[in-house]
Amino acid sequence: MAALVIKDLHKTYRNGFAALKGIDLQVEQGDFFALLGPNGAGKSTAISIIASLTNKTTGRVEIYGHDLDRERDQAKRLIGLVPQEFNFNMWEPVVEILVNQAGYYGIPRKLAFQRAGEALQRLGLWEKRQTQARWLSGGMKRRLMIARALVHRPRLLILDEPTAGVDIEIRRSMWEFMREINRQGTTIILTTHYLEEAESLCRNIAIIDHGRIVEQTSMTRLLSQLHSELFLLNIAAPIERAPDLHDYRTTLVDSETLEVEVDREQSMNQLFGLLSAQGIEVVSMRNKQNRLEQMFVDLVDSAKEKRA
Amino acid sequence: MQNSWQIYRIAFQTIVTKEILRFMRIWVQTLLPPAITTTLYFIIFGRLIGDRIGEMDGYRYIDFIVPGLILMSVIQNSYANVVSSFFGTKLQHYIEELLIAPVPHWVVLGGYVVGGVARGTMVGILVTIISLFFTDLSINSYGLTLLVFVLTSVLFALAGFINAVYAKTFDDISIVPTFVLTPLTYLGGVFYSIELLPEFWQWLSLANPVLYMVNTFRFGILGISDIDVVVALVIILGFIAILTVYSLRLLSRGVGIKE
Repeated sequence: MAALVIKDLHKTYRNGFAALKGIDLQVEQGDFFALLGPNGAGKSTAISIIASLTNKTTGRVEIYGHDLDRERDQAKRLIGLVPQEFNFNMWEPVVEILVNQAGYYGIPRKLAFQRAGEALQRLGLWEKRQTQARWLSGGMKRRLMIARALVHRPRLLILDEPTAGVDIEIRRSMWEFMREINRQGTTIILTTHYLEEAESLCRNIAIIDHGRIVEQTSMTRLLSQLHSELFLLNIAAPIERAPDLHDYRTTLVDSETLEVEVDREQSMNQLFGLLSAQGIEVVSMRNKQNRLEQMFVDLVDSAKEKRA
Repeated sequence: MQNSWQIYRIAFQTIVTKEILRFMRIWVQTLLPPAITTTLYFIIFGRLIGDRIGEMDGYRYIDFIVPGLILMSVIQNSYANVVSSFFGTKLQHYIEELLIAPVPHWVVLGGYVVGGVARGTMVGILVTIISLFFTDLSINSYGLTLLVFVLTSVLFALAGFINAVYAKTFDDISIVPTFVLTPLTYLGGVFYSIELLPEFWQWLSLANPVLYMVNTFRFGILGISDIDVVVALVIILGFIAILTVYSLRLLSRGVGIKE
């Protein structure tokens, strides 16, 4: 059974702006799914409709087979949402925010305190449980929203920019946490502007632009569509100009950094062989641009051309 | 697996508990001011001026105003609790915690209204205790007194809810209490019997719903009223029914809370 099925979802706001123009989407149970798109593409609107925060214009949403219109309670019990903006009572102690949320899902108060404690410990907020939410750091507030979304143990967790404004160390620990809950069976839908995050975590992906899905496929298949990749090579000894490497396009960024474009059909071994033959020793290498980012830009550009 | 009713019951209890904890946490802002204000009313209007006024409807002036002052504090606090709390919920977007959860609209409304009634009741009890320092309060009908107390509190909690749904700024939640609620309360027979007014103003006063509540409550305590108690109860219940239906309609349409 699919965790989420969306059929022909439309949303037109009162001012006439059509945010969603007939979206079809299916997310399988246990998936770690990326929903990406530029700002204003319709991601947050779609998420808000799934989470019942926005009324749809037309279309159908099913959560684990429960229609959001006809079996509202059953569908809602299965969803957890970590929204983009902080949306908790800043004046309430951290533990009460979680206990209240659990209560809204029918979890008795005693059990709610127990669940809240577990969630706070897992997310490193136990020491702050009696602190008013407004005194938490940005990273802690993000983790509080994750803890709150998990307190009723949802089967579908939607993370809308969960690591925005979070430092790299906390971001990495949050990634590990998300992987862990996904391994335990929770289906996750992630929207993020950190495409490295989506590439690293997600198995499947949909790209939305101007209210339409422009691509929905597996991450591996999407990345395999890349025609070429740009690599930056750090070399051991300085050189004065870019070497001639036959079919490989090279640019000298500075005397110790070489940029090389490698087509999908070309081999990395052959590249290193050519460099070695010219006495150039490579110390390290990295992608100039995140691969998903490159693909994302290509897809959005091509959608723009089609619209034009 | 829990059935929906068990979930609704716990959700309702959660909202009510949250609301009570909220106003108890800030008791200096929520419970203390009405106690101080009413004490001043008792001292100034009851003792200092009241002794010179003499009797009203056969009662000492201070005895006459006690029911109105108790009910006035119930009205103001039931209203204020719901309007400020629900507006805050919207403003900080944590209304989304409720919207995403399987909580039906009537549970949300019921939870906030009971929260408002809880504060109205607590303040009403405080004011009643304070009044005992100034008068010997004897109650004519406990049942009627309690009934009007609760119904009035429910009615104004509902009104506060509707105000909060429409409010977009802090001004919007203070305009109605300042320009509508306070005049209606002061002109609702708290401090005087409408028989003192010229005929036209008596007739106009009958359009003020607060008059019916104050008089019915006064009848419950003192056994005197300017109007028919049964008519008053029907009017109060009618208002509650209308405001309940209207509030639920606002919630189901998502006015002020959903795109």
